[in-house]
Amino acid sequence: MNDEAKIGVFVCHCGHNIAGVVDVPEVVKHAQGQEHVTVAKDYMYMCSEKGRSLIREDVKKLGINRVVVAACSPRLHEETFRGALRESGLNPHLLQIANIREQCAWLHEKGPMATEKAKRLVTGAIKRVTYHTPAEEKSVPIFPATLVIGGGIAGMQAALEIASSKHVVYLLDKEPSIGGHMAQFDKTFPTLDCSACILTPKASEVANSPYIRLLTYSEVVDVSGFIGSFTVKVKRKARYVDEGKCIGCGVCQEKCPWTAPSEFDSGIGLRKAIYTPFPQAIPNVPVINRENCVYFLRGKCRACERFCEPKAINFDQQDLYIDLQVGAIIVATGYDVFDPTPISQYGYGQLPNVFTSLEFERLCSPSGPTGGKLKLADGREPQSLAIIHCVGSRDHNYHEYCSRLCCMTGLKYAHLFREKTGGDVYQMYIDMRCFGKAYEEFYQRVQGEGVKFIKGKVAKVSSNGASSEDKDKLTIICEDTLLGEMVNIPVDMVILLTALEPRHDAEEIRKLLRLGQSRDGFLLERHPKLDPVATMSEGIFIAGCCQGPKDIPDTVAQASAAAARVLAVIARGSVETGAVTAFIDENKCSGCKVCNALCPYGAISFDASAKVSQVNQLLCKGCNVCGAACPSGAISTQDFTAKQVMAEIEGVLL
Amino acid sequence: MSFEPKIVAFLCNWCSYAGADLAGTSRMKCAPNVVGIRLMCSGGLEPAYVLKAFKEGADGVLVCGCNLGDCHYTDGNYKTLRRMSLLRKYLDQMGIEEARARLQWVCASCADDFTEAVDKMTSELKELGPAKIKV
Repeated sequence: MNDEAKIGVFVCHCGHNIAGVVDVPEVVKHAQGQEHVTVAKDYMYMCSEKGRSLIREDVKKLGINRVVVAACSPRLHEETFRGALRESGLNPHLLQIANIREQCAWLHEKGPMATEKAKRLVTGAIKRVTYHTPAEEKSVPIFPATLVIGGGIAGMQAALEIASSKHVVYLLDKEPSIGGHMAQFDKTFPTLDCSACILTPKASEVANSPYIRLLTYSEVVDVSGFIGSFTVKVKRKARYVDEGKCIGCGVCQEKCPWTAPSEFDSGIGLRKAIYTPFPQAIPNVPVINRENCVYFLRGKCRACERFCEPKAINFDQQDLYIDLQVGAIIVATGYDVFDPTPISQYGYGQLPNVFTSLEFERLCSPSGPTGGKLKLADGREPQSLAIIHCVGSRDHNYHEYCSRLCCMTGLKYAHLFREKTGGDVYQMYIDMRCFGKAYEEFYQRVQGEGVKFIKGKVAKVSSNGASSEDKDKLTIICEDTLLGEMVNIPVDMVILLTALEPRHDAEEIRKLLRLGQSRDGFLLERHPKLDPVATMSEGIFIAGCCQGPKDIPDTVAQASAAAARVLAVIARGSVETGAVTAFIDENKCSGCKVCNALCPYGAISFDASAKVSQVNQLLCKGCNVCGAACPSGAISTQDFTAKQVMAEIEGVLL
Repeated sequence: MSFEPKIVAFLCNWCSYAGADLAGTSRMKCAPNVVGIRLMCSGGLEPAYVLKAFKEGADGVLVCGCNLGDCHYTDGNYKTLRRMSLLRKYLDQMGIEEARARLQWVCASCADDFTEAVDKMTSELKELGPAKIKV
């Protein structure tokens, strides 16, 4: 027992968040009488400047040397309160947080049981903090380079912002070109400016920036380290085209005799086996897809190689692995589009004139497979269109959330369809959500253009026209809830406004970067309202649709915010960290070597001359797997020693 | 008044603690009988912690870690799995029923796995009554 411990206990109301469920004065009273507790008090918002000053004052006036804060999760504000200790001249590790918000007040109904649990948590923290020891604080320099994962509009925006401060940015994308989904769009709502026209200048700015290193057709395979000094292993997939030699003339693509469905055109157009996804691709260097290239499949052809003047084709190219040193990381990996095939009643994949939103974008685009002309499967121009909202969104069978931008996308399509064909457009919607700047006005405008709005969820898209003159048409069977009756509407074309969903590889990215995921599968921000850019991993920020569906203005705003956060990290120059690592007490170690083999990082070695094991502090990550196995109790991990945890167990059960 | 079991949960920092936080953030509700103690990794759980909890009067111990294959420290949770099955034998000898010491994987986005485990354990231990350790 540490007789010198003088503990200050600070219980936070968090407005009504905690105090509305837990009897805070009762918790304070409970803490007051406890051994080593010098002072216990409550305050409305402990994380505020005033709240932190309470800690500083009591360190100064009462000489407290240990602090318990009963408030929100340590995952949220541990750093904040450690800062308060630092400012008071106390070692920041002499702090313990009792999580009475996320794991108590928010989890339970108001009443004596919730207060009882809060008391237990606080007592556990008081007992535990008695055994806390200072950790040596190391100042780690920030490596002033940044990695941005994902080269869509979010990644490009973030990279450009950082590059404008003359710091190096690595901009990585899995695809052969940057641009992301925005490059696939035709027009953007509500201004109807052409997507390529606003995106391509940004993309060339990225390409021309002396501070941005483009890593396209590349993947992150491993991330180690922490804020200030991450080491990122990147796989540069073989393009089979030398980026240094290729002049982007496009002759190889002309000469290549083999085609495959174009991913960029959502599969409705064709590309060659050697290709750039779209004409304005950056970098303008093609890739050869091994699965489509007949030389890789059958060992013959090499037409591209024969016609390539600068001799840039290299069939022997191998995947290349490189290590990047960066101080911060921005994740801007975007989204996937929901595949509506499972909703078989809408006929996607069975009825030829049912399209997803992304397919319709490509049909509208002048650089798309039809040159921007709307065509049905038989080549006719469609004269009527039904736009079905919320396909996969706001649906308990698929995604409960609203994808946010489909309503506006539907309005945009209605306008474009009317402009191109003059035909009839029907919108089948649940609720129209036009929330952004000038969005409601756009809704009014499209209503004024004669588009028909039917409030109801579509039951079925049928291939049989109701009458003989409609026999080639699709029939929308739907309840018009405002009229209170079923309607059958014959149309030529159907667009499904498909949901945005977490990328299929979001889970891999999450694991690589140790991020959280919210219940919908999108990456988890540090705080849903006050910190939507940071993550629970220090030095890693998120931007764009990887965090949740959002439109372009919101994406760009978040990307700029992420860049600002990175620049703040770089400007700071260094970070203070107290390493949570394991230590071996040589006097207790029996030299049994049990721990040596257990360490997942190979951080423990055996010193044969002293006959004891030793921990390499640089390799140790503080999991305490060794400590849990040590038969002599010789290993303890800073901030998680057996004494501390045992005391906490006693406390929560008192 | 009906019997309210006291349960200690050991939660790994990266998955289970985050999952339990998410349950709160999502305003899900569960029984207030379980008090969480944060560890860096479930593999850092010394078996003595579980014994200590029963000694101090716990009616149940819930050990939570990342899903197998998802451990932040590569494979710490496999070590937890092995240690818990070994510990089981000691607990049997102490007369601590199987229902009182449980292992539950809770990922960072699996808030419902956490609340369900808490509610299930609480209601089952209410039936079972207070823990009695054989000496």
